[in-house]
Parts: sequence; structure tokens; C-alpha cells
Amino acid sequence: MSADSTPSKETSNPAVDGSELIRFDNVTKRFGSNVVLDKLDFSVASGKHVTLIGPSGSGKTTILRLLMTLVKPDEGTIKVSGEYLSHEERNGKLVPAGEKHIREVRKNIGMVFQQFNLFPNMKVLRNITEAPVTVLGLSKDEADERARGLLEMVGLTEHIDKYPSQLSGGQQQRVAIARALAMRPQVLLLDEVTSALDPELVAGVLDVLRDIARTTDITMLCVTHEMNFARDISDQVLMFDSGRVIESGSPEKIFNDPEKDRTREFLSAVL
Amino acid sequence: MSWDWNVVEDFMPRFWDGVLVTLQALVIGTLIAFVLGLVWALAQRSSQAWVRWPVTAVTEFIRNTPLLVQLFFLFYVVPNFGPSMSPLTTGIVGLGLHYSTYTAEVYRAGIGGVPVGQWEAATALSLSKGRTWRAVILPQAIRRVVPPLGNYVVAMLKDSPMIATIGAFDMLGEAQAFSNETFTTEALTVVGVAFIVVAYPASLLIRALERRLVR
Repeated sequence: MSADSTPSKETSNPAVDGSELIRFDNVTKRFGSNVVLDKLDFSVASGKHVTLIGPSGSGKTTILRLLMTLVKPDEGTIKVSGEYLSHEERNGKLVPAGEKHIREVRKNIGMVFQQFNLFPNMKVLRNITEAPVTVLGLSKDEADERARGLLEMVGLTEHIDKYPSQLSGGQQQRVAIARALAMRPQVLLLDEVTSALDPELVAGVLDVLRDIARTTDITMLCVTHEMNFARDISDQVLMFDSGRVIESGSPEKIFNDPEKDRTREFLSAVL
Repeated sequence: MSWDWNVVEDFMPRFWDGVLVTLQALVIGTLIAFVLGLVWALAQRSSQAWVRWPVTAVTEFIRNTPLLVQLFFLFYVVPNFGPSMSPLTTGIVGLGLHYSTYTAEVYRAGIGGVPVGQWEAATALSLSKGRTWRAVILPQAIRRVVPPLGNYVVAMLKDSPMIATIGAFDMLGEAQAFSNETFTTEALTVVGVAFIVVAYPASLLIRALERRLVR
């Protein structure tokens, strides 16, 4: 979609496979004097599963947080399904986006956090239905039905009436996945979703994600240290170092035959 | 020293008048302190410096000056340029205002204690600002603030006799007046017992609430 056409929410259909869904143009992000992302350009096609790997502090998580609008870029622009995320066009000029615009574009994006971040004051069901009801305007019944379907998918139907504190970490994370999917986002951001889990609980969460990757056309952007999982689900792997993408390619290519020494070095350290 | 039940009986009508004043001061004062404190706490989180700064200045000032001075100020000084209120109304406003600066700190800590991940999850789900506060942040903050808020209710009860100094006769005020008129001491003992009869169950109630809310 070209920048001079005015995309309308009703008619644009960015979910068409293969079209560009996410685009970073020249994005720089600094925290103080620390440059976390350095003039980053990259794009993700619709429906793809992309894994970001690299040493900690290389800017992977910042990319997810920029997409979730939890942080704002210092320079450059981010587009999601043809619309600016951090900016909006007014009278042909690009200005920082207002709260309303951000909220509209953000509805296309869901995120699962390392620490689950379920709402402890709500039961499992309401954790999932809260946003569909109050943000998307679904009726209580529609939202309940959607939640039940998702809980079945993540294998937690019998826990629907429990509070998060009554569930194990792995179960909580599966609820968090269901909660994100209940908004029917085009993009699912996964931020080290198994890092806070006990080792024996990791597999259950990864199985659910493999399922979603296989059975839906949702676009996934995944930061993980689970290299086997990355190999399984990814269409594309991006290797980050010092705020730049230093290498990208299919998982076979990156894991078996990386071009850059830095990538090889990193992989031999984590595998 | 002897104990005369007849004196106690004579005091009873005025005792009940005083109890009514004490309870009014406590209940309405508590409501003012709870609501106004939340307003202060939210204002102090405002992104606008012109909201934050004056609120911080005023609440710090009130918290760090004696309640007695504030009561005198409200009763004797404010009517010169502002509204003139009855002793009881002045006393209630004074108590509520004074304690609102303490409850503001309780709310501030309670809200600050909600993990940042809760805000992020609300953002990720595109919940509106109002919804984020009402459905996510405040319900979690409430759990953290109920026990300390309850302690301030008990503290306010114990400070309520101060409003007698501006002529709102609470139960202690009535007892002291009665004792001075009759040269007796029974009324003061009755009021002392009355305070513990109200305050101790209140403390127990707070503990019970605390156990229920901390999940």
C-alpha cells in the first residue's frame, strides 16, 4: 500500500497472504545514551512466523514493545497493515499519533508477556472477555463463547472459573495466549513467553503455540531462547546484534549454515 | 473516690448527643477523607505539572501542620473571606481534609504497588484509560490500601474530640462539660469506655477485611 493512498479501515484487507503487514523504516530507539535500535529497517509479510534471536540487549524485545506501543520510536516510522502506528497523517504531514489513532491501529496486535500479566482480580473467563466486551463491543454471550473456544484450544476448559493465582505458571501463560487471541489480532507478539516457566511447564505452552502457528493464519513475531521451538515454527529467523539485523533467512539456513561469524558464535553459545 | 450510677444516668442524654456528633464526624469525615484522598492521589499522577505541583504543595502543607491549627483556621479565619460553617460542619470538613492527605499517600503507594506489567497488559488489550483504572488498577490497589485506610479511620476516631475546641461537642466534649458543671468524673470514664467499644471492634473488622482481601 503506497503512502499517498488513504487507507480506509473498512475496505483495506491487509490479511491477504504475502502482503507486507509490518514495516519498520529507519527506526531508532535510545534509552538515555544507549542506542537500542539503530536505524532499523525490516518488514514482515502477512501470515509469516518470524523469530528474533540475538544476545540480550540487542533490541529484540524493544521491537515487540514498539509494536505494542509500550515505547515510542525516537526516529523513523512503523507501519502495521499499511497504517502508521506511531504517527498519523494530518494535512499530508506526518505527526506523532494521538491516543485515539494508536488505540485503533493497536487493535490489530496482541501480545503475550514473559510474566503473563494476567489480571489477578479477575477470573480466567473475565481475563479473556474483558477486552472483547469493552473494546470490541462484543456482547457478553459472544465473548463468553469465544473465550470457551479458546480455553478449549489451550486445554484449560475446566479452569474457567478460577483466579490466575490458582493456576500454575504454564496454565497462566496459556490463559494469556487465549486472552491475546480473543481480540482476533492479525499479529501476535510473543516476548520470551517461556522464560519465566519451570522447565517441565515449557512444553505445554510451546505445544499450544505450535498449534496456533499451524492452524491459523496469524502473523507471529517471537522473541525466544528456545531454539528448537524457533526452528519448528519459524518461516524466517532474524539475527540481531547491537540494534541491527545482521543476518536473516530461513531457520535451516540460520541454524545450519549461518553466514556471519557473530551468528555462529551466538548459536554455539545457546544451543 | 466513689462511683455513682446516678451521675451516669444523668449524663446519658448528653452522652447520646455526643455520640451522635462523634459518629457523624467519623462517618462523614471518613467519606471525605477516602474520596478526596483518591482525588489527590490521581491528581499527583497527572501528566500536567500545573495539576501535580499545587496538589503536592497543598497536601504536604496540610499533612505537616497540626489538625488543631487547621480547625481554628477553618472556624475563625476562613469565614472572614469565605463561607461560614457551623462548628460541626467545620469539624467534619477539617477532619476529612486533614486525613485526606494521609489517605492520598496510602492510595499513592497502593497504586504504585500495582506491577507495571498490569498497565502493559491493559495497553496490549487496548483497554481505555477509564477501563484500565476501574477494572484493572483500582481493584488491585484497593486490596493494598484497605488495611492502612482502616487504621486511619481508627486514628480519626481518636482525633475527633479535637472538634470540641471549636464548639462541636462530641462525646468527650459533652463529658468534660458535664463533669465541670457537676464536679464529677463518671462521665469521662463512660466516654473512655465508649471509645474502646467503638475502636476495638473497628480494628478487628479491619483485620478481618485484610484477611479476606489479601489473595
